[in-house]
Parts: sequence; structure tokens; C-alpha cells
Amino acid sequence: MTETPTYLSDMAEPKPSSAKPQDPYLVVDDLTVRFPTADGLVQAVTEMSYTLEQGKTLGIVGESGSGKSVSSMAIMGLHDYKRTRMSGSIRVDGREIVGLSNSAMEKIRGGDVAMIFQDPLSSLHPFFSIGYQIAEAYRAHNDVSKSKARAKAIEMLGRVGIPQPRNRVDDYPHQFSGGMRQRAMIAMALVNDPKLLIADEPTTALDVTVQAQILDLLQELQRDFDSAIIIITHDLGVVAEMADEVLVMYAGRCVEHGPTKQILTHPEMPYTWGLLSSVPEVTTDTDSRLIPIPGNPPSLLDPPTGCAFHPRCQHRSKVPGDLCRTELPDLVAGAQGAGHLKRCHLADPDSIYETEVLPEIAPDLVDLTKRIDDPTGAASDETSDVAPENR
Amino acid sequence: MFGYIVRRIVAGLLVLLVVSIATFALFFYGPADPALSYCPETRCTPQRLHLIRENLGLDKPVTQQYATYMKGIVAGNTYDEGGIRLRCPAPCLGVSFKLRVNVTDFLMSRFPATLSLALGSAVIFLSLGLLLGVAAARSRGTPGDKLIVGASLIINAFPYYLVALLAYLFLISQWGIFPESGYFSPFATGGPIAWAKGLLLAWIILGLVYSTSYARYSRGSMIEAMAEDFVRTARAKGLAQRRVVYKHALRAAIVPVVTIFGLDVAYLLAGTTFTEQIFDIQGIGLTALQAISTRDLPIISATVLIVATFVVAANLVVDLVYSIIDPRVRLA
Repeated sequence: MTETPTYLSDMAEPKPSSAKPQDPYLVVDDLTVRFPTADGLVQAVTEMSYTLEQGKTLGIVGESGSGKSVSSMAIMGLHDYKRTRMSGSIRVDGREIVGLSNSAMEKIRGGDVAMIFQDPLSSLHPFFSIGYQIAEAYRAHNDVSKSKARAKAIEMLGRVGIPQPRNRVDDYPHQFSGGMRQRAMIAMALVNDPKLLIADEPTTALDVTVQAQILDLLQELQRDFDSAIIIITHDLGVVAEMADEVLVMYAGRCVEHGPTKQILTHPEMPYTWGLLSSVPEVTTDTDSRLIPIPGNPPSLLDPPTGCAFHPRCQHRSKVPGDLCRTELPDLVAGAQGAGHLKRCHLADPDSIYETEVLPEIAPDLVDLTKRIDDPTGAASDETSDVAPENR
Repeated sequence: MFGYIVRRIVAGLLVLLVVSIATFALFFYGPADPALSYCPETRCTPQRLHLIRENLGLDKPVTQQYATYMKGIVAGNTYDEGGIRLRCPAPCLGVSFKLRVNVTDFLMSRFPATLSLALGSAVIFLSLGLLLGVAAARSRGTPGDKLIVGASLIINAFPYYLVALLAYLFLISQWGIFPESGYFSPFATGGPIAWAKGLLLAWIILGLVYSTSYARYSRGSMIEAMAEDFVRTARAKGLAQRRVVYKHALRAAIVPVVTIFGLDVAYLLAGTTFTEQIFDIQGIGLTALQAISTRDLPIISATVLIVATFVVAANLVVDLVYSIIDPRVRLA
């Protein structure tokens, strides 16, 4: 890590031994995850750093294969120990997790750190009852009798909004609806009062109407338990609703990181622009075309040189020389302050976004943004004709 | 559930009916005349042949013989043996041409040997196969895994009778490492020890050879199960690795193994011809083999019916076991 003026370098300072009270609950520092395969080394996550405080929510967004799940599985120690190379540091409540054995991780998994998964049907064991599976999670971390664990399972099912939990506790997963299954998964994850909950695309497999309920439930439970949440998603709507901070990943690296409002209103990295422009908008003009990001996510076996996004980037001609191809941009603070980091060579991404990208993806927001940011009304429009040529 | 079982049993009986007709048809329209094998070659006069046919009931139309046979199974028959009346109560499978005994009683006397052999080896091959399969799946790609898979392929590549024969020749006859084989009733004078001693090598050989395919089935099934999302969930809950593997993954991996196990046990119960022949165990398989060489129709059709019955029953049992293992299976 070479960046200097960021709060990342401040974070790296606390020594691994420290369990200082001011230390954030989760500290991920310079995390790198590699999978050796027959085809070569998969560079799943590269030099990723972030922190998360108790009671806060971090949204990690990115396309499939950008490393967002892998980085979170690493916190749980859920990777295959024989086939994974990990370096850097993950500290949960001051405890170093990188390098812990599988059996040492068993105490942390499902206890202090819990996880809920994308597809609740395949993530629940089809042959065991819901109640049994929740009770099993409770008994893995608490030395209690089966009947006590069962009572706890019923209590948790009620807590996550399953009606008549006493009657449903012995049901099997296939007897639950999709939304109820995800509620049951959440009950299972929260049964040991985890201080950190990782939700890996918790609403992707669900009905839109159920999605909102599940997100509400997560927020409500977060207030009750004061836990930190990492929500992994590719749905920026979910991020907007849930997250305090957003971390955008591309090709295994963090490419933009900052407060949610900042990232959604002033994104400074063309990949984030692409994500924003790919969001369908039903409240405005439903005939307007979606603007997808051209091309495909790169292979992590052999990521592009320089900025990994450069082969798909429409704005790289604005960077002098061949910098995007030859040099990896540092993750540094942009024009919006020290809390907002971006990994991009563009000199003035804000003005490009406002003049070229925003008019295309959300014309109705241009004026609004101008008014908010620039009350004097002196917004520049001399570059607005560049947009069509860059398509 | 009850209705389902009744329906399955009725369907199974229909299958058995078809099997019995097919056996009869093959026997009577086949190339060889069964009466000839009871007529001494040198002194076989047409009169004598006719007499034999008459005695065995082969002179009557096939349909009538079949009807008599079916009646015997349902209600029993009475045979006239040259003035001596032979009572054969239901389920009567006829009287052996060659041995002149009640087939039902005869096969019942042979069944304990086959049952002992089948169940003993089934315990060995199921437990050994699962153990090796799970071990191989857990250490997938390592030398240990390759050793298990390779060894099982090599053992499978040899014809079973050769393996059994060599084992008998060397381990019993030549070197005397194992006691002389044979079947002794556990309730006879030697007791269970003589019983186990006589079957020991047959159990081991049959169990070992079968276990190789079980090791490969369960290895594949286990590798698939270990990659399931719910196994990841089990790990994410913080369960101990042993519990994740043996409780969550194995429970899912066992389903396909149960299917094959049910059918294998059914075939074994219907007689293990090679094993019984080589290890001199007087069971159903050996009986069937001898009956074929003497064209003893009642015994042949009885053994065929027994095979069919066990297969039909095994399929029903497997389906019932499914519904116990997998709550999503509803029998209807």
C-alpha cells in the first residue's frame, strides 16, 4: 500500500496485539486472497482494507466474480484451507483471524461473526427441520439442553416474524416460503447474538416485495442487537437503503469507498458510474434505455495491467498518455474529502460525471444536483456535447 | 402411506406373475426336453420317456401345468408319487423333478446359508465402502484418495470369481490362513463360532469386492454433497468439522447409496452363485446352479421367483427408506 493521505494508513497503525477500545470492531488490512488452480493463480482479492464499527453497515458492491463474496468468506474462515493462500490481516474485536486453523475458527464462526447466504433454499439442509437447524447453531456455541435450544429456536423464529413459531418450528425448509426461509436463515445467524453479520446477497433470490421486508427486518434487528452488518450486493437500491458506507469492488480490488450518500451522488470512478447507469428506474421514464457497462468482468487469473477496468472504461481517453494501461491508480481521496477514496487516474471525475454521465442516466437529476452543489447556478455546460462521441 | 404400500405390493405381485409366466414359457419352448435328462442315455426307450413325462406331469398341456403350479402357490397341491400321496401345502412351489422333495421346504432349508452370507458381507461392504468413500472425498486429490480410487479400480478389474477362487485356493487350501469354509447352522453343535468361521473368508472377499464400488459411489456423492450450500451453512454455524461431514454432508450423500445397496442386498439374498460354489456354501445360488444343470423346472422357477420377489421387495423398502431420509419425499 502506497497511498499516504488517507485514513487507511492511519488504520494500519494499531499493532495486531491491540484490543484497544477505540479500535473498530472489524479491521481488514491489506487482505489478499489467492487460489492456486490448474489454470494458474486466481487473484480473487488484492490488498483490500476497510474497517467497520459496531452498529454500522457496510455495503460491498460489484459484479459477479469481483471478489466481494471471497473477501467476506475470508472473515468467516469459510474458504478451503488447503486451496487458499491468504495474507494481510483481519481483526475481529482485536483477534487476528488470518492464519487461524479451521478448528480455532469454529468458535468464532456463527458466534461472534455470522453469515446469511443468497439462496435460503439451498443453504438450509433439506433433511433437517428448521427448528433443529437453528437449535443446532445455538448448541454449537452454548452448552444447553436440547429442549432449551428448541425454546430458543422458537423465540428466534418469532423474533424474525414467523407467525405461530411454535407450530412451524418442526417444519422442513421445503414447507416454508422463500421469504420465510430467509427469515429462518436470519434467525439461525442471529441466534448467538453475533456482533458482526455478513449478508451475502440476502435478497437476490427473493421476490421484490419480500426483499423490502427482509431488509427492514435486518435493520430492525441491527438496532436491537447493535451488530455491525456487511451487506454484499450488486443492487444499489439495497445499498442506498441499508448501508452507511459503500465499498465498490472490481477485479478483486477496492476501487471506490466512502459514505453511501457520497458514493451515490458523487461517484468518482467510471466503474461506479457504470453500476449506477445499469440500475433500472421505474419511477421515471420506463421507456428510457438501460446503459450497461460494455464488455465482461476480467479474468482474475490474468487481470488487465494498470487499472483493471481500463479495457471497459469509456473515459480513459481523458487520461494523458497510456497511464490507465500501464499504471495501477492508487486508492486515494478525491475531491470530496478524505473519507471518499477512489482508484482512478481521471483528474476531475466530478465534472465528467455531472456533465456527461448524469445527463444520460438520470436527466431529471442533473438540475437537482446542480442546485444542491452549486446554488449560484454557474454549472458548466461547455463539455456536454462530448457525451455522444464517447459512447 | 398404508394405501401406497398396498398398491405397491399389488403391483409387485403382477410383476411376479409375469416373471413366472416367462420362466415357464422359456422352459417349455426352449431347445431341450426336460424329460430327456431323467432318461438314462443308454437305456432310454420311448416307453420309458413317456413314463417319465407322465410321472413329472409333462405330458399335460403347458397351460394346465401352469394352472396347477399357480394353484399350488395359493392353495397347495397333492402329488401322487406312484401310489404314495405327497401333500404339498401352500405356498407350494412344486416337487423337485430330480430330488423328489417339496421345493418350498428344500429352499427354506437352503436359505439360512444365503441369508448369513448376504447380510454378513453387506455389513462389511456398506461400512467399509462408506468409510473409504468418505475418507477419499475428504482428502480429494491427495495420494490417499488416489490410492483408494486406484485400488478399488484394480480390484474391480479382476473377474469376481477369479478373486474368490484365488482367495480360496491360497488362503484356505494352500496356506491355511483361514479356516475351511462351509455353512454350519449357528444353532448346531458348533454354535455361532463354527458358523462365523465357515463363512469368514467368503464374507471378507464378497465384502471387499463389493466395497470398492461403494467406495466410489460414496466418494462421488460425498464430493458433491460437500460442495452444497447447506454444508457451507453448517460450517458457517461453527459446527465441528466432524459433525459437518458426518451429520450434514453424509446424510445427503447417502441417498444414492441406499438405492444401490437395496438392490445389491436383494440380489445377494437371491443367491450368490460364485461365492457359494467356490466356498462350498449350500445356499440358494448353488441350488439354482445345480437345478439348471439337471433341468429341474420346479426348482429353477422357484429360484427365479425368489430373485424377483427380493428385487420387488427391495425396491419398496428403498422407497420407504427414502421417505424416512428425505422429508420432501411424500409417498402417494
